[in-house]
Amino acid sequence: MSVQGPQQVLELAKVGRTFGAGATAVAALRDVDLTIGAGEFVAVMGPSGSGKSSLLALAGGLDRPTSGAVFVESTPLAGLGLNELARLRRRAVGYVFQDFNLVPTLTAEENVALPLELDGTSARKARRQAADALRQVGIPELASRYMDQMSGGQQQRVAIARAIVGQRRLILADEPTGALDSTTGQGVMEVLRSRADAGAAVMLVTHEARHAAWADRVVFLRDGRIIDQATAMHDPTMLLTQAGL
Amino acid sequence: MSIRHSLLALLQDQPRYGYQLRVEFENRTGATWPLNIGQVYTTLDRLERDALVAKDGDDGEGHVVYSITPAGQAEVRSWFAAPVERSNPPRNELAIKLALAVTLPGVDVQAIIQAQRVASIRALQDYTKARRDTAANQRAADTAWLLVLDSLIFQTEAEVRWLDLCEARMVQQAQSAAAATARKASNGATEDSPLNADARR
Repeated sequence: MSVQGPQQVLELAKVGRTFGAGATAVAALRDVDLTIGAGEFVAVMGPSGSGKSSLLALAGGLDRPTSGAVFVESTPLAGLGLNELARLRRRAVGYVFQDFNLVPTLTAEENVALPLELDGTSARKARRQAADALRQVGIPELASRYMDQMSGGQQQRVAIARAIVGQRRLILADEPTGALDSTTGQGVMEVLRSRADAGAAVMLVTHEARHAAWADRVVFLRDGRIIDQATAMHDPTMLLTQAGL
Repeated sequence: MSIRHSLLALLQDQPRYGYQLRVEFENRTGATWPLNIGQVYTTLDRLERDALVAKDGDDGEGHVVYSITPAGQAEVRSWFAAPVERSNPPRNELAIKLALAVTLPGVDVQAIIQAQRVASIRALQDYTKARRDTAANQRAADTAWLLVLDSLIFQTEAEVRWLDLCEARMVQQAQSAAAATARKASNGATEDSPLNADARR
C-alpha cells in the first residue's frame, strides 16, 4: 500500500501506540497508515483524545510506536539509536509546539541557531541560517530580542523559524496557533503553507477548521484511527456550484 | 439573493443593457452566483413594469439599454439602508436533516455529521485556496471578490464548528445514557425511581 520513493518524506505504516499494559492498556493509535510527500501540507483533525498529538510525536521520533513502523525520508526510525535519532531530528525534522518551548535566556536568533549549533554547524554559519529563517517568518528585525521582549505572536514566529531553519524537510506543528489572535494565527498558516510550497512536508495538528483548510489534505482521526480524508478539489466550477446559494 | 436590487444598483452607476448587467454583476461578485441571462431579462421587464427602470433606446447595435428612474434610485437607497431580512429562522437544510436524524430510530447520526464535515472542510479548503490566490494578485478589482470569499469562509467555518458541537452533544448523551445503565445494573435501582428502591429494602 505504501509507495516508497524519493519524494516521500514521512511514512507511518500500520502504526499503533498503546499506553500501559493488561487490563488498563489504552490504545492511543491503531493501524494508522499515513504518508506525506515533499511539498505536501497535511492537517490532522479530531476530537481531544483521538490521538492527534500521539501521531505527531511518533512522526517526529519523540516517541516510539508499539507496533508498525515510522520512516523519515525512507529511514526507519526503529533502526536508529538515541543519538542517531536526535541527530535526524535536529537535521531533518522541525517541531513547532503550542507553548513555543523557547529558551528565555537566549535571543531570537540564538534560539533559532541552537539546533544547528548542537549539530556541529559553525556558530557563524548557524547564525546566518538563523537570520535567514527569521526573515522567512517576517521578523528579521527582532533577531537580538529576548523572549520577554516579544509578544506571543512574535515568539511563535521564532519557534517556527527554529522549526524551518537549515534543510528541514519535515515540519511538524502541534496546535501552533493555540494562544494567538486570528490575524497572527493566519500569519502562522502562511509561513507553513509557503514552506510546503517550497518543498517541505508539513503536518499540522489542529482543531480549527479554518487552519486545517490551508492544507492540501485533511486527515480525520477518531479513537486512534484515521476515519476519513478530505482533499481540496481546487476545481473552480465546483466552487461556484457549491456557493450557488 | 435580490437580483432585482442588484440590477437596479448597477443601473444607478450608468445605463446598461441586459448582457452588460450580467457580466458586471458576475465581475463584482467573483462569479460566485452565476446569473442566467433569462433571469436578467425577466427581472428587467418587471422593473420596467414597476417604473423603476425605463428603456433608453438602443446602443446602435441592437441592444436595448435600460436606465434607472428616480423611483428606482429611491428603491436602491432604501435597499442599501435596510439590513438584509432574515427569513425567520433561516431555512437550513443541514439543521433540518440533523434534527430529523436524531429523532428517528436507526439513523447513524455520527456518519451524517462526519460526511458533512468532510464536504464542508473540502469547501473550506477551496475557498481558502481561492482567497490565497486572489490575495496574492493584489488587484484592486478583486476587493469585492475577497469579501465574498471571506463571507463564505466564515459561514463554512461556522458550519464545521456547529457540527463539532452536535457531535460532542451526542457523545455526552451516549455517555450519560451508558452511565445510567451501568448504575442500574450495579445497584438494582432504576434511575428514575430511587425512592421505590429504598422502599423495597
